[in-house]
Amino acid sequence: MRKFTFNGVIGGGLIAALVITALIGVFWTPYDPSALGFTSRLAAPGAAHWLGTDEFGRDVASRLMIGARASVWIGCLTVAFAVVCGTLIGLISGYARGWVDGVIMAVNNALLAFPGILLALGLLAVFGANQYGIIFALGIAYTPSMARVVRGAVLSLREREFIEASRIMGNSEIYTMLRHILPNCLAPITVLATSMFGWAILSESALSFLGLGVPPPAPTWGNMLAAGRPFIEQAVWLGFFPGLCIALTLLGINLLGDALRDKLDPRMRGLK
Amino acid sequence: MIKFILNRLVMAIPTIVIVSVAVFTLIRLIPGDPAALMLGDMAEPQQIAEMRSVLGLDRSIPEQFVIWAGNILSGDFGRSIVTDEPVLHLVLSRFMVSAEIVVIAVLLASLIAVPAGVIAAWRQNSLTDLALVGTATVLLSIPTFWLGLLLLLAFGLKLGWLPVLGYVPISENWKAGLLYLVLPVMTLVIHEMGVIIRMARASTLEVLRLDYITHARAKGLSESAVLWKHAFKNAFGPTWTMIGLILGNLLGGIAVIETVFTIPGLGRLMVDSIFQRDYPVIQGCLLLVAFSYVVVNLVVDLLYPLFDPRVVAE
Repeated sequence: MRKFTFNGVIGGGLIAALVITALIGVFWTPYDPSALGFTSRLAAPGAAHWLGTDEFGRDVASRLMIGARASVWIGCLTVAFAVVCGTLIGLISGYARGWVDGVIMAVNNALLAFPGILLALGLLAVFGANQYGIIFALGIAYTPSMARVVRGAVLSLREREFIEASRIMGNSEIYTMLRHILPNCLAPITVLATSMFGWAILSESALSFLGLGVPPPAPTWGNMLAAGRPFIEQAVWLGFFPGLCIALTLLGINLLGDALRDKLDPRMRGLK
Repeated sequence: MIKFILNRLVMAIPTIVIVSVAVFTLIRLIPGDPAALMLGDMAEPQQIAEMRSVLGLDRSIPEQFVIWAGNILSGDFGRSIVTDEPVLHLVLSRFMVSAEIVVIAVLLASLIAVPAGVIAAWRQNSLTDLALVGTATVLLSIPTFWLGLLLLLAFGLKLGWLPVLGYVPISENWKAGLLYLVLPVMTLVIHEMGVIIRMARASTLEVLRLDYITHARAKGLSESAVLWKHAFKNAFGPTWTMIGLILGNLLGGIAVIETVFTIPGLGRLMVDSIFQRDYPVIQGCLLLVAFSYVVVNLVVDLLYPLFDPRVVAE
């Protein structure tokens, strides 16, 4: 139990810090993130600019705060998309069974045969490289895993007595599904959604790093890292800090995910 | 056993068919007329119409799919719009570059991480376990493109021990080839070790609490015999599946590593093709990676009984 607290506190703390930074960034940043400063180009971290400036003299700390906002926003919308679509598909598939389930799962498993980032790359070719293109591409790429997890949970739940009881009481199938089955699927959905938030933030920065994400000058951690790459030897902070932000966020999500899994997944309880 | 193999082979067929339909659909959804794209801005409407007929774009979608699938099956993946090279040749040559890096990295990562995970499970809640799990969690949280850049800065630019950018095929010059591989492989190994250690630990923990392990200990077997002869064999299955998934995922996600180290691999080819809207190449990359993902998982499934013969009986 002690370990759960440790993971949960550190992970939760890191994620809280991310969200707070993103929120503060909405109202205030130390400098205007897009203000050019030709006299202070590539300034090392110091008192004036805590995390230095980039090749255009823009303040790195301010841009990281705006980047945090982009990451949180894209992460949340992607997860919301995948959770809504995946849960719906999983519920229908698991509850209907028969040929409906067969067809849905055949398509679902085939989509799972694409590595997520590859499917997202293909979809980005369709949607175009921008913020909402990324959200759709990643959301669609993550939906199949959510659908599979929800379907699995529904299949094991639907044979239980309390579901049978709800039907015998004369509740409609849809009511039973939403009132009794869905709430019991929330634990696996939460665990997966937490990991997905991490995948989304990582994939978004990877895609931005490749030049297929949010286009500059809007700062994201990924495109800041990519822009800092040519200056890696003379101005290491340009690439270092955005990467550190991504790494700390992922660490937070992984720790929080572990804590949630320990708490919510009954199979893990015996292991602690 | 034969039934098991046939069963797995047959199960892969619908996946491959649906994957092909998905790729076909995806490519048709990309905005813009491929015929117009191939001919450039100066083309006359008449020329575009002719090109559309040559490409079969004037036929119905099901007809197009049948022709397309027939071409793919006979190895005709079309030609690149940009370089006019045959796509299959281009994609395969780039694939070999990526596969070399990914396979070496996953092999090395498994060799280090699987024993580490088993030891962490064996010493559950000890300092060793905490250190290993902590390290693994940190490693898996580090984005590969950032880690790659830092390693490149440290070993390539500052220390000057390793070449920084580019790629030399091992077949041409094995010494230089190996040197160029060190940094990208090291980056992937460090990251994937995190994933594999955690998986190996979790599956070993699940096995270690079973009665037969207590029985083996009660028989007076040494701890190493209990661990490696009894626990490891049963615990390796899930890790083995995970290694297969990692292999497939890396083939799809290696573009970032190839960008960091300027390696002419499949991932970079795909990203460049998206920029250039070279849709036959995008299609070739998608198909090849998806197929190899299916094949890797199939091979993993087929070899699974070597570690855990119970799956055949099921």
